[in-house]
Amino acid sequence: MAENELIPHLFRTEYRKLVSVLGKRFGMEHIEIAEDIASETFLLASETWGLKGLPKNPTAWLYTVSMNKAKDHLKHTNVFSKKVSVELKKTEIKEDEIEIDLSTKNITDSQLQMMFAICHPCIPIESQIGLSLSILCGFGVDEIADAFLTQRDVIYKRLARAKEKLKAENVKIEIPSPNEIKDRLETVIATLYLLFNEGYYSSSKNTTLQKDLCIEAMRLNVMLIENEETNTPIANALLSIMCFHSSRFEARTNPQGDIILYEDQDVNLWNKELIEKGEFYLNQASQGKHLSKFHIEAAIAYWHTHKADTTEKWENILQLYNKLLQLEYSPIAALNRTYALAKANGNAEAIIEAEKLKLTDNHLYHSLLAKLYETVDVEKTISHLQKALALAKNGADKAMITKKLESLAK
Amino acid sequence: MKDFLLIFRSTPPTNEVQPSPEQLQARMKPWQDWMGSLAAQNKLTSAGNRLEGAGNVVKPNHVITNGPYVETKEAISGYTIIKADSLEEATELSKGCPILLMGGNVEVRAIIAM
Repeated sequence: MAENELIPHLFRTEYRKLVSVLGKRFGMEHIEIAEDIASETFLLASETWGLKGLPKNPTAWLYTVSMNKAKDHLKHTNVFSKKVSVELKKTEIKEDEIEIDLSTKNITDSQLQMMFAICHPCIPIESQIGLSLSILCGFGVDEIADAFLTQRDVIYKRLARAKEKLKAENVKIEIPSPNEIKDRLETVIATLYLLFNEGYYSSSKNTTLQKDLCIEAMRLNVMLIENEETNTPIANALLSIMCFHSSRFEARTNPQGDIILYEDQDVNLWNKELIEKGEFYLNQASQGKHLSKFHIEAAIAYWHTHKADTTEKWENILQLYNKLLQLEYSPIAALNRTYALAKANGNAEAIIEAEKLKLTDNHLYHSLLAKLYETVDVEKTISHLQKALALAKNGADKAMITKKLESLAK
Repeated sequence: MKDFLLIFRSTPPTNEVQPSPEQLQARMKPWQDWMGSLAAQNKLTSAGNRLEGAGNVVKPNHVITNGPYVETKEAISGYTIIKADSLEEATELSKGCPILLMGGNVEVRAIIAM
C-alpha cells in the first residue's frame, strides 16, 4: 500500500476499534472523550509519521499512543477525580493497575457492543445510521452529510442530540440480555439494512463513497455473524442480500458514473465470488421457521443473479413479491411486483394492475407505466415519461428519462 | 378506511372429483396473485385462512350434524380481510377473487369497529 494511502486505510479499519474499546472503558457518558482520543491519535500519527517516517508496526503504534493518552486522561482529568476514582477506591485498585484490555476478543466484542448501544430504539433511525457512520465507520461529518444529501450542521446537530439522548437514557455499551436481544437485534439489522441502501441507492454521484457505505455495512453485518449470540437467520439473510446486490457494483455504472440499467449490464462484470457468498449466507439463513422480509428479499436478489429471462425466474420473483407485500406494504415493492407480473403474466394484466396502484406522485410509478405501455400505446408512454420527468428529483433519474423521451421522438 | 370480511363459498369437491396435486398447484397461483394484487394496493388487512371441507355443526341440545352443507350445497371455504373506503369499493375489489372462476361466490361484509 502506498504511504499516502496508509493513514486513510488505518483510519477506516482502526478508528472504530479504538473508539469502541475506549468507549467501553469510559462508558457512554464519556463517549466524546473516546472519540477525541482516537482522533488526536490519528492527528499525531499524520504529523509524526510524516516527519520521522513510518513506525515498524503502524497499527501497534496507534494502540500504544491512544492507550497512553487514555491512561493519562484517566489519571488527570475530572473524570478520574469525580467518577472513576470513586470506583477505583471502592474496588481498591492502585493507579498503576489502570488496564485497558487490548485482546482481540475485547476489541471485537467492544465493537459489537457499541453497535447495540448506537442502534438503540430510544433514538430515531436516521440518528442510528448517522452515529453508526461516525463511530463505527469512521466517516466524517462532511461525508455523512454528502451521503444523506443534507447540510453539515444538520448532521452535526443530529449526532450531538443522539449522543445526549443515549447518555440521558443511560444506555450501556453491552450485548443486551438474552430476553432483550431479539428485539434489539432487529433494530441493529434495520439500521444496517438502511446503511447499505443509503450506499447502494444513493443519488450521490460519488461512487467511491457509495461503495464505502456498502462495504462498511457488510463489515458490520459480518461482525454479527461471527458472534454466536447474534448469528441469527435474519442476520444471514441480510448479508446475503448485500452480497447479491453488491455483486453488480462494477456493472451498474459506466466510468462517468452514469447508471447502467440491469437489463443492459455486462454479466461478465458481475462478481461471482460475491454471488457465491450470497448463496452461502442464504443457505445459512434458511435454518429455523421464521420467514422474515429479509429472507424474501434475499430470495428475490438471488433470482436477479440469473440474468436470462425465464418463466421460472419471473414466476418465482412474482410469488416472492406477493409474499413480501403481505408481510409489509411498500410502494417500491408494489411497483416491483407489477414489473414481475408483466414478465410472468404478460403486459396486458400488468397494465390493469399498475393502474390500480394509483401511486401518481411517484416518478417510478410513471416510469413503470411508460415501460408497460411501450409496445401497446406509445402516446401513453410519452405522457407518463413526461409526468415522471416532472416528478423526478435527482439529476441521474432526470437524465435517464430525458434520454428515453429523446429516443422515442426519433 | 374500514375492514371488510370476505367470505368465500363454494361447492366442496366430492370424492369422485378430487383434484390432483398438479391441479392443486395450478389453482394456487391465481389466489397468490390476487392476494399479491390486494397487498400491492395496500388493501389487504389479513390474508385469512382456507378451510378444509369436513366440519361439524353444533346445534341446541348438542345436536351435531356432519358438515354445514346439509341444507345448502355451498360451504364456507375460506375468508380474507381487506380494507376499503366503502362497501362499494370492497365489492369492486372482490371481483378479482379466483373463487368466482370456480363456480363459488364472495360475501362482502363490513366489520364493525369496536
